[in-house]
Amino acid sequence: MEEVKIGVYVCHCGLNIAGTVDVEEVAKYAGTLTHVVISRGYRYMCSDPGQDLIKRDIKELGLNRVVVASCSPRLHEPTFRKACQDAGLNPYLYEHVNIREHCSWPHASDKKRATEKAKDLVRAAVRRVYWHESLDVKEVPVNPSVLVVGGGIAGIQAALDIADGGKKVYMVERDPSIGGHMIQLDRTFPTLDCSECILTPKMTDVGHHPDIELLAYSEVEEISGSVGNFKVKVKKKARHIDESKCVGCGVCEEKCPYKTDSEFELGLKRRKAAYIPFPQAVPNLATIDPNLCIYIKSDGKKCGACIKFCEADAITPETLLHQTDEIIELEVGSIILATGYDQFDPSVITQYGYKKYDNVLTGLEFERITCAGGPTQGQIQLKDGREPESVAIVHCVGSRDKNYHEYCSRVCCMYGLKYAELIKEFTKAEVYEFYIDMRCFGEAYEEFYQHVSEMGVNFIRGKVANITDQAISEEEKGKLIAIAEDTLLGKMLRVPVDMVILCAALQARSDAADVASRFTIGQRADKFFLETHPKLAPVNTATDGVFIAGCCEGPKDIPDTVAQASAAASKALSLISKGEVTTEAAIAHVDESICHGCGRCEEICTFHAPTIISKNGTLVSSVNEALCKGCGACAVVCPTGAMSIRHFNMQEIDSLIDGLLEVHHG
Amino acid sequence: MADFEPKIVAFACNWCTYAAADLAGTARVQYPPNVYIVRVMCSGMINPDYVLRAFEEGADGVIVAGCKYTDCHYIDGPVKCDAMFAKLKRLVHTLGLEDERLRREMISTSEGTVFARVVTEFVDQLKKLGPSPFSSLRKEKVAV
Repeated sequence: MEEVKIGVYVCHCGLNIAGTVDVEEVAKYAGTLTHVVISRGYRYMCSDPGQDLIKRDIKELGLNRVVVASCSPRLHEPTFRKACQDAGLNPYLYEHVNIREHCSWPHASDKKRATEKAKDLVRAAVRRVYWHESLDVKEVPVNPSVLVVGGGIAGIQAALDIADGGKKVYMVERDPSIGGHMIQLDRTFPTLDCSECILTPKMTDVGHHPDIELLAYSEVEEISGSVGNFKVKVKKKARHIDESKCVGCGVCEEKCPYKTDSEFELGLKRRKAAYIPFPQAVPNLATIDPNLCIYIKSDGKKCGACIKFCEADAITPETLLHQTDEIIELEVGSIILATGYDQFDPSVITQYGYKKYDNVLTGLEFERITCAGGPTQGQIQLKDGREPESVAIVHCVGSRDKNYHEYCSRVCCMYGLKYAELIKEFTKAEVYEFYIDMRCFGEAYEEFYQHVSEMGVNFIRGKVANITDQAISEEEKGKLIAIAEDTLLGKMLRVPVDMVILCAALQARSDAADVASRFTIGQRADKFFLETHPKLAPVNTATDGVFIAGCCEGPKDIPDTVAQASAAASKALSLISKGEVTTEAAIAHVDESICHGCGRCEEICTFHAPTIISKNGTLVSSVNEALCKGCGACAVVCPTGAMSIRHFNMQEIDSLIDGLLEVHHG
Repeated sequence: MADFEPKIVAFACNWCTYAAADLAGTARVQYPPNVYIVRVMCSGMINPDYVLRAFEEGADGVIVAGCKYTDCHYIDGPVKCDAMFAKLKRLVHTLGLEDERLRREMISTSEGTVFARVVTEFVDQLKKLGPSPFSSLRKEKVAV
């Protein structure tokens, strides 16, 4: 090992540090430490002249280690590493000491002890930097294709942004058609433009785009690899038709005699065993439900109407009986997860009577009822076909409630107001909005609230306690009674109505944990996917190259979803345009001479980085450097000490600890 | 004993507890200078050997700190840290150190005041407890 020459630089940071810590004394003390060849105090180390000091000393004095004591490394460690690199020194031969946030600022009242602590911290850094090693930063090429998981508005927007940039997109959608929740909506607040009208052109664009390969009725089965080079296995479920021949004419659906509840219409309408989920479906293909089709269930002995009537020859005994799921393997450089949300099931709040009373509906069900293409052709009506004379709209169902979800579901106030506006516009009904707080935060939202207020809607500030059909007066007979406290008047109310709409919360998908574990990303306490930083890295995740967009990250409205989807697309595109990714250098490293191949590292690693391999007949651990995040869990469980984390190895940390606790004189 | 100033080593993950200590500083929240923070990338990286080393070298108290379960940058580091800590606690007890000298904390980025409070409380607690029984055994180190 060449002779170690350490340079120590102590920053005044104006008076931020020097006002408390005697910087010159610390610098003088640093000069007395072994291997330190130069130590300086300087007013602003992060300034260009400050950095030039380091660069000049590296060149003129032959420094091969640098220590800077200044602010938090979270702020300026990259700055000084770069200064070292610019002067030809490996950036990992640098050590940062935090004497501002961790010393001068919180100990401002005790200058003497703050100065002593700064000396201890600098000494420890000098001890540690001695053991630092040069580390290579590796670059791996990025596959320019992108996988988008989920075909709702978030996935659609992200896919179009990327494909319009000329890059290949694979879109995987679980359902037979893309469109997601947005295609189920009737009108969108606050403009009341029709959801189908604004979404279907985008869906068609996805279907026709030369750079988008749409894999609908498919699911991601398996994923391996790392940023820049993921390998993905997609299961394309059998539709039991010949996709190359089906023209989506719908004759099979017309002729099919077997029915079940339509998923798209939330059970408010029936669909057939042969079906196209809704008229504007993309891809416009029929799907045969194998659990319902009697031809498939009787092994070809019964029915077969669809075969007979399909003029395109897309449905044959072969497709019905022998078509199986297909596994498609893809290679992509980045992944955007846009897997959406589930609507909270209000039947768990038994006092609201959802599923017990016919005319208690969820918001999504009401969307289908007001939709011209829905089960009532857009007529707002009760189960018995009458027009309601009064409607209660209940806010915060399952959200802002410690029993269910504590978070605010963000969109419910606005869609509740939208329902009030539509009911007022198309019926003569009285409308009662039961709310806790009215949250109308977006562009033209507050104005929409004012507009609805002026329509004569009754706003009652209070959470509904109970919905009952137990009348106690003549007026209540045959009605549903919403019981609530009006918190502004401080009195209990009983409001008889014909229809109740529950503004149910948006919640994380029921299988969000599976998806999170498959893609190695985190979940928050509320089960939505966890972003790297809520403000500064809102679409990044724990796995590099995997981005999140839309309601899988948390409840949000359409404008925010679209903006976030474009953000995720730009992240994927910037990876592609850079062309290569830099891998983390401070990662796990195996000393093969002492590794026993026990496999504990493999077991504990969340990122599947170490695997046990056979090398010259012995089992040893081998780390996939592209997968390793440098979290260090493997080194903790390694029984032999073979596994270590570069830049954080035992020697470095021990020297640091020794340095901190060393008794010094002077 | 009145002028005994305990030495504390706090192992803190880069993303949460270290950042919380940064925030305490930025907000000028005051706490005693008895604590040295060792930055690690994840609480799951904290090796029991580091902690034992700190006690061996004369620390009067050690804090093992990092993110809360749902904030982890590496998904489940705090769970791994818990597993390590459970064993470490038994070991430290067996070695004859008082249980109070070792603390497990989860302090998130926004909790600068919590960090300051934990340190302040710990310093008071250790002052009552007195120097670590190991510190008297420790030979004075000669610098390398």
